[in-house]
This record gives sequence, C-alpha cells and structure tokens, in this order.
Amino acid sequence: MTEKQPAKILMLGWEFPPHISGGLGVACLGMTRALAERGHPITFVLPRVKQGMSNEAPVDLLGVNQFPVPSARPPAMGAMLAGISPGLSIHTIDSLLSPYMTEESYQLTRSVYQQRMAGERQGGERGDVPASVVGDVSGDYGPDLMAETLRYAAVVGEIAAGVEHDVIHCHDWLTMLAGIRARQVSGRPLVVHVHALEFDRSGEHVNQLVYDIEKHGMEQADRVVAVSHYTRDTIIRRYGIDPAKITVVHNAVDRSHSPVPLPAPRRNGRQRDKVVLFLGRITFQKGPDYFIEAAARVLKKKENVRFVMAGSGDMTRRMIERVAALKMGTRFHFTGFLRGAALERIFRESDVYVMPSVSEPFGISPLEAMYHDVPVIISRQSGVAEVLHHALKVDFWDVEALADRILALLNHGKLHEEIVRQGSKELKAIQWSNAAHHLHDVYNQARERSIQ
Amino acid sequence: MTFVCFYFQVHQPHRLKPYSFFDIGNDHFYEDDEKNAAILRKVAEKCYIPANKLMLELIRRMEGRFRISYSISGTAMDQFQRFSPETLDLFKELADTGCVEFLSETYNHSLASLFSVEEFRQQVSHHRQLMRDEFGQVPVIFRNTELIYNNAIAGLVESMGYDAILTEGADHVIEWRSPNFLYRPEGCDHLKLLLKNYRLSDDIAFRFSNRDWPEYPLTAPRYANWIHQLAGSADTVNLFMDYETFGEHQWQDSGIFDFLADLPERILTHPDFRFGTPSEVAAALPPVARLDVPGTISWADEERDLTAWKGNNLQDDALAALFSLEEQVRARNNPDLTRTWRRLQTSDHFYYMCTKWFADGDVHKYFNPYESPYDAYINFQNVLADFKQTLHEQIS
Repeated sequence: MTEKQPAKILMLGWEFPPHISGGLGVACLGMTRALAERGHPITFVLPRVKQGMSNEAPVDLLGVNQFPVPSARPPAMGAMLAGISPGLSIHTIDSLLSPYMTEESYQLTRSVYQQRMAGERQGGERGDVPASVVGDVSGDYGPDLMAETLRYAAVVGEIAAGVEHDVIHCHDWLTMLAGIRARQVSGRPLVVHVHALEFDRSGEHVNQLVYDIEKHGMEQADRVVAVSHYTRDTIIRRYGIDPAKITVVHNAVDRSHSPVPLPAPRRNGRQRDKVVLFLGRITFQKGPDYFIEAAARVLKKKENVRFVMAGSGDMTRRMIERVAALKMGTRFHFTGFLRGAALERIFRESDVYVMPSVSEPFGISPLEAMYHDVPVIISRQSGVAEVLHHALKVDFWDVEALADRILALLNHGKLHEEIVRQGSKELKAIQWSNAAHHLHDVYNQARERSIQ
Repeated sequence: MTFVCFYFQVHQPHRLKPYSFFDIGNDHFYEDDEKNAAILRKVAEKCYIPANKLMLELIRRMEGRFRISYSISGTAMDQFQRFSPETLDLFKELADTGCVEFLSETYNHSLASLFSVEEFRQQVSHHRQLMRDEFGQVPVIFRNTELIYNNAIAGLVESMGYDAILTEGADHVIEWRSPNFLYRPEGCDHLKLLLKNYRLSDDIAFRFSNRDWPEYPLTAPRYANWIHQLAGSADTVNLFMDYETFGEHQWQDSGIFDFLADLPERILTHPDFRFGTPSEVAAALPPVARLDVPGTISWADEERDLTAWKGNNLQDDALAALFSLEEQVRARNNPDLTRTWRRLQTSDHFYYMCTKWFADGDVHKYFNPYESPYDAYINFQNVLADFKQTLHEQIS
C-alpha cells in the first residue's frame, strides 16, 4: 500500500466529553487524540456544542446546533429513511437537540412512549411526543430521536459540502444516516465504526428501524470497523455484511490524564469494608441483575463487604426493588450516574470491579478500573475479554462462578496483588496509538476502494 | 564406545474439578474423574499403547541391543490401573524383556524436594515400593520431578542409596562443559550425574513436526548421523524426553512413529555406538569432573529454572498454604487424608498458576485445563480450604 498523507477526517459522533452517557464519548476522545497525534486533521460534528467546550479537544468541534437547518430537509430526508425501511413511516417533528439525559427525563420519555404505544395498540390516534424530551441511546427509542438523527444528517450534508475532508468516519447508528448523506454530498469514502449494535442493547427484542439503519449503513460503508471480534461476528451473522470489508480495531484506555495518587481512605481503628463495584448503564445489556444475584451469594458467606451500583438506566427501579427483596439494602448502594471527581473516588475505593454484561461489543470501563489498580471480573460475552489476559472471566449468567471469583479476590490478598501487578503491565500495551495505527490503514483502504 | 541413553517421562496428574467457594464444606471429592479418565484414555490410545507396542517390537527385533528407561509417576500409575489396564500390562511386558529400566521419582510428581526432606523421602520410598510391586525392579537411579536439581538434592539422593541422578544439561550450569559425560555432584562421594543433551533431545521432543525448522522433515538416518558425529568426543548421549512426544505432542501423522521405528538400527550402523540404560551407563563410566550446582535448575522452558511452578505470588501462596499442613496431616495418620494431600502436591497444579505463559508460549497453554492462572489458583485454594476444614474436623 502506498503511504498517503494523513487523511483529513470528517468525524460524526453523538457524544464527546464532558457530555457523555457511556463509553462511546470516552472512546471518541481517546481515538481522536491518537489520530491527531498521527497528523490527521479532524472535524468532529456533534448534535450540540456549547460555548467553551472545545478548548481541550484535539479536534475542531462543530455542533449541529450552530447551523441553520436546511430548508430542503424534511421531504428529502424522509424519503431517504423510507428507502431503508419500507413499511415504517416516521413523523419528523421539530424538537430541541439534547441527547444527554438525566434519569428523570429518561423515565419521562419512557412513560410517554409507552402510553403512546398503548394508545396505538388500542387503535387510537398517534399522538406526538412532547418536543422537549429525546430518547437516550439505550433501551427504547421514541420517534423524536429518529427525527434528531435526520436533522443531524441534513446539517451534516451541508457541513460536508463546506469542510474539506478525505474520509468520513461515523460512529454507530445515530450518525450512520449522516455519514451516508455526507458521502452523497462530497463523494468521499465512508467508514462506519461499530461500537454497539441493536442486538447488544436489546437482545432479541430489536427495534426494527434501528436494525434497518444499521444494516443499511454498513452496506453503504466502504469499510466497517468493529470494536471486537465478538462484534464482527454479530455483524456478519446478524446483518449479513461481507466479512472482507470489516476490520477489528480494539479500543484502548487513555493514559494521558493520570489520576492523582491518593491513599484509600481508612476509617479510624477498624478495617475498612471491601467494596465491589458495578459501573455502567443499568440496562438489560449490562447485566445488573446478575451482579445483584452474585452479591446476595457473597453476602451469605462474607461480612464487611459492600456492593456499589454506579450508573442509571431503565432497570434502576427494578434493581432497587430486587435489592430490597433480598434484604441487603444496608450492604448494597446505588450512587446514580458518576463523573469527574466522584468517578475517580469510587474507583479508588473499590477492591473489585465487575462487568457482567450480557452482550458487550467492547467495554472500556474495565480498563479504567485496571488503570486505578482495581482487579476486574468481566463476562466472556464482551469484546474486552479478547484483549485482557489478566482479568477473571465468567459467563454472564453464571452467578455462582461470579460470586466465587468475587470471594476469591476479597479473600486472597496474593491473588489481588498478582492480578493488579500483571494487569498494570498488560494495560501499558493497550494504547490508542495502536488503534490509530490500524484506523490509518482502514482509511487508506477506504480511499483506495473509492478510487477504484 | 559411546552410549545412547533413552529416558522417557510418563506422567499424568489428577486434575481437579471446577470447585467453587460454595462447594466448601459440602463436597469432599476434588478430582475430575470424568476428565481424567477421558484424557488418560485418549493419550493411551494415541501414545502409550502404540508406543509401548513399538518399543516391544523394537526390543525383540534388536535382540537386546535396544535398551530404554522410563520414569512413571505414581499418579500416572494410579490412573493406568483405573482407566487403562492395557497400558499398564504393556509396561509390565516391557519390564519382562530385561531391556527396560524403571527409575525412581516422587510418587506424586511433587515439589517436595524443595519443601520437606521428610515428605520427599516418604514419597520416593512409596514410589520405589510401587515399582517393585508392579515391575519387579528396585530402582537404583533417581530423577526428580521435571529434573529439578541442585547440590542439596543430589546429597539427599545419595544418602538414600542411589547410584546416579538425572538432570538437565542447562547451559548456564555446564557452561563450556559437555553434557555427554558423567559428572560427580559437588558434595557427593559416589553419586553420578547424567545430563540431558537438550539440543538432540528437543530436536525430537519439540522440533520434530515444526515446519519452520530448517531441518524439517527430520529423518532417522540424518538424526543418527548427528549422533555419529559425536564419536570419540562423547561417553554418552542422554536423550531425555516426555513419552507423550510419541503420538501426543508429535502426532502420528507427523511420522514420529516411523522415525522411532527406524532409529535404533540407524544408530547401531556405527560400531562405536550402543544403547544403555541409565544404570548401565552409570556402572560403565567414571565421572570426568565435579559439577557444582548451588542454584536450582529444571528442564522447563527457556529459563531451565523453577519459575514454571514457583515464584509468583499465586504459586508461592498456594504452595506455602499446602505445605503448612504437613504436620497436621502426619499427626492424623489417616491414609485417605494423606493421599488427598499428596495428590494436591502434584506439580501440575502450580504449573497451571504460572503467569509467564502468555509470553512463554503454547506449551503451558496446551497442558492447562484452566482459562487463566488466576482460575487455577482460585480453584486450588477453594479445594484446599475444604481440605483444611476436613482436616480440622478430624482433629477436633
């Protein structure tokens, strides 16, 4: 392959630090930093950019909110969607762009959506969803979120006409229509980066429209990047995409901002309780229920252990009820969504990190836990299991094995010590610069393909 | 005159079943009978039975000129009795030819030599008894688990009445010296030391079917020629290897059995060469010099040291916990408890806990029933916790 100038990238994403709801934003930051270090100029388009947000970013951040919506949008974009998923009609409605949600707004969206669906089943009229609420990137999606992706795509089309770029790189289904639109406008090759699929988020109960967009986006793409072999297999098996155009590029962990080394706080006189941490969205995909069942087993065998569930999501209430039913509320704590200093603190105070995901395309947070010298137990149904050797691995459904591994890490200091020591060495090799190196090749392949 | 001295190691551990923390106190049987039976039968079918038959045929055809030796661990013998009596019968038939020597080792293929002199003596004597009962031979040559060796072990083995001991011809120990002579261990009066010629041994054991090896495919005439080149500059060429080399590590379709079938005659085409068992070699040859080995060596990995079994946090913690029970186990004097404790000493359990195998390659992975060294450690510690509990219940 001839060595080309680093490609100018038009990157399309849905979240970017500090406004994140999950690992995607963290991954985008690490990835763009490493790509920028390799000399790739990057224009990163987000749904919304606020004043002062782009100060530390390694990219030119553009917010769709900073652009007027093109007048030609509704019919053209509506037709685009109809072509992908015939039989589904979508009402596009104007609404505020605010993809980042609190738990309250999430619950509100959900209940509105459910009411609406119930009304439909009874043959009632389709009522429009209030304009101020938008669906999260997990669980169910209201049609207003679909409208957001269309609006986003329309504006990206305008941006693609005005911003110089060699390759278009989009992340997940929310930006796939925009990626296709940009390619129509600029004729540059499209790289679709898959971090999570509808099958991961929803199991067998997929949202057909989201599935159709994902399939169409990957079919249209010149190259597809999967975050793991696990995800690559799903793309081939569930979406029928040509294996030859899919490249696996594993995520990494950003080590450029090191945590302040502070000793773990100890209470006077007595040994501090051990802390076992679950950190992630409290949704079907992340397997919070298995964490709770394992916690119940551990607490039967061991005192002075606390379990922490940090995050939010559509299963939160059910999980709280389950903890109460198991009568372990004094030992099991819900913190809500954590960021910044609170996040640092919970990692620092934890003795074991558990990621019991039912289906995890990659799973970046175990790497963050290891970065804080916390040993990790991860489900075998995760992409990160492909790159980590110095971690304990269990099947997500095997709560007894999970409890066994938690107890082992709590009971055997030498095991804890060895796995942290080895894991810390291993982590040094999992760098975004390697991922950027692979992405560089993917860009070149995409550019060659589009020349042919 | 130069000897060619074959010694084959035969060993199978009693692998543990997946044993959870929640089994502690509820389940006192630790071995994975099903897996152990399946593996043993598979290896017997691929290796032990066809290899034994070939050895018998060669010995008979060569009318006493082809001579070999085995060291068979007690844990392997136990499993032959239970799962493959045919294999054991063939070994007995080999013993009856008079051309096959059986060596001494620790019954449980353990690391006792590094932890307890008393335990080591007992396991060796237990194994010696087994060899006498099954094969009608009292071994006079000792080889330690994985050829683990140092001056102190040599001294101990001499005090137990053996004529010679085997170990690795590790470069960092022998330096400029040749492994093709007998040595006297530092501090010993009469014990002789046989060193493995690891280059020629590993050509068969590790490289035989490696297509990237420049010498691939290796033929018996060429291999015999390499040995013949040592004429006049060697007293003995010691070819020590796992018996599972034949048919298990090197598969039958690699041509390993054909190679073996052809080799003895090819070697004997040169009049200066003859086959000898370790005791025959030791009786015929004088030691040429003393060899000082203060640090411990073995035949494992590139390092030829103990790090495959000992040295990381997991291994050291588990070994210390296990051997700390010695006094209590002895005090109970309960044959079942003693046997269980000794089976937990089998070195394989600690080999599975080795964390360097990511870098060190597939040999470790190949033999490892666990997904990671951490799982091996956790399983072992769970088992040990139950054993400890049982032991204490017996005492109180």
